[in-house]
Amino acid sequence: MNKEITIAELKEKAKQLRKTAVTMIYEAQSGHPGGALSIADIVSCLYFREMNVDPKNPRWEDRDRFVLSKGHVCPIQYSALGLLGFFPEEDLHTLRKEGSKLQGHPSMNKCPGIDISTGSLGQGLSCAVGMALAGKRDGKDYMVYAVVGDGEADEGQIWEAVMAAYRYHLDNLVVIIDNNGLQIDGTTDEIMPQLDFTKKFDAFGYDTYEIDGHNMEQIVETFDKIHAAKDGRPKFINAHTVKGKGVSYMENQLAWHGMAPNDEQYAQAMKELEEGI
Amino acid sequence: MDKKMIATRDGLGDELVELGKKNKSIYVVDADIGKSCKTTTFAKTLPEQHVNVGIAEQNAAGVAAGLATCGKVPFVVTYAVFGSLRMCEQIRQEICYPNLNVKIACSHGGVTPANDGASHQCIEDMGVLRTLPNMTVIMPADYWAARRLVEAAAKMDGPCYLRFTRDAIPVIYDENAIFEIGKANQLKEGKDVAIIANGDTVRLALEAAEVLEKDGITARVLDMHTIKPLDVDAVKACVNDIGKIITVEDHNIINGLGGAVCEVVAEMGKGIVKRIGIQDQFGQSAPYERLLAINGITTEDIAAAAKTLLK
Repeated sequence: MNKEITIAELKEKAKQLRKTAVTMIYEAQSGHPGGALSIADIVSCLYFREMNVDPKNPRWEDRDRFVLSKGHVCPIQYSALGLLGFFPEEDLHTLRKEGSKLQGHPSMNKCPGIDISTGSLGQGLSCAVGMALAGKRDGKDYMVYAVVGDGEADEGQIWEAVMAAYRYHLDNLVVIIDNNGLQIDGTTDEIMPQLDFTKKFDAFGYDTYEIDGHNMEQIVETFDKIHAAKDGRPKFINAHTVKGKGVSYMENQLAWHGMAPNDEQYAQAMKELEEGI
Repeated sequence: MDKKMIATRDGLGDELVELGKKNKSIYVVDADIGKSCKTTTFAKTLPEQHVNVGIAEQNAAGVAAGLATCGKVPFVVTYAVFGSLRMCEQIRQEICYPNLNVKIACSHGGVTPANDGASHQCIEDMGVLRTLPNMTVIMPADYWAARRLVEAAAKMDGPCYLRFTRDAIPVIYDENAIFEIGKANQLKEGKDVAIIANGDTVRLALEAAEVLEKDGITARVLDMHTIKPLDVDAVKACVNDIGKIITVEDHNIINGLGGAVCEVVAEMGKGIVKRIGIQDQFGQSAPYERLLAINGITTEDIAAAAKTLLK
């Protein structure tokens, strides 16, 4: 946790995360850049401002937990873990390679700093509920942050977990939906309309927040509000984001859900992420 | 033989209370059928170690995984058909792959929820779950076996599936019987045929051995309570010492105990196996003993199979 970090510094970290994640996917020639870029700003704020974690002791029992329920965008989390020193930075060049810590989808027993293995959509949030419940029962004050995809919310198990968190008064759980509006086969409105996530979570008894998921000031402010609102209600952030955010040819493009850039595209991506589109 | 009748789900419920009192890390995760899975006393006496997620088994598996990452030893308790098949992928992804210390403890195994019919009987669970890496798969033969194996499962580190009966079955062990996960219990020695059974059919194997004895045939009877890891040495000893094996189970003959034993025997290149079990067909609402009889799982069927093997 580092409450002293400035908005400018968090934006710089987010830029680093984006560049690292895109580089990993380029080097692996495999991976999911679109959703990694849409959640980058929130991941930056969580890892570099909000979360109490210890790279030297990844399983520290009082740590805050991060559950990437949409596990396919793990390069963005790997980038944060690598920059924080959970593993040597050179390991960031091993994404999806044989014997690597950095599996195509996160594995808790291979990669330090991964709190639960994910990859099969719809399941991570349930694990986050278990972690938050254990924290409550043990009288600990750690937080559990779970990032869920908007498409992932098609899975019925998400809503089972949503109900359980309300039932057990888990105000130490923050559910964040990366609401980028796209899933693999089309827009979420075409494939499976979720309508208004905020209204839904409100109906499920959550303390809800609706933000621009790329506005760092708003992100920081929202987490501050959440920490001040330990009222027994689980927390929900409806984060409106842009899939592929920061790389012009990836933004809002279905094709960049799971595709690696070629040499030329990679060079352009690095330039745009550094200088802005 | 003590003919006292008691369902093994009672052994689960009683042992969980004992374990939970001694170890505050033991949790029960219910899915709204605690009453029929015998966790009501646990819920009442140890509320801080009890969770009920409602009718949401998939979530139960994930919540248990999350609890296990925080040092708890959760037992997800439901019916076998839900605990193995409804939750199957959650068990694979969030419990077996990360190798978390979660126990799936299920009542209503095999055809024991007899009157409920095919939807609630479960004949596929042990086979499906034994194909998952890191998983241990157990079915106790009676009340005391249930208690001791639940205790052993709580002590071991890693995923474990335990299957119990809904209906009452005879008590064959006493309180002091010793159980080790992965090690068969030899209940009777014999030289003509080996009968390897588990769960509610162990009693039938013992009865068949008595019947055979009257005709001068002696049977070695093994309680193979753990089908994964299978006690390979015990199976090999049956092949080497006797050569003729009958497997008996309240489970589909495909991929259950019989299948597991055949895998070992086939690779030895000698020995013969006759599998007795559910004949790859769904059940129906009927008395428990009738459902077994329809599938050829009776004392008489086992004895007849032995005689055929010895011809």
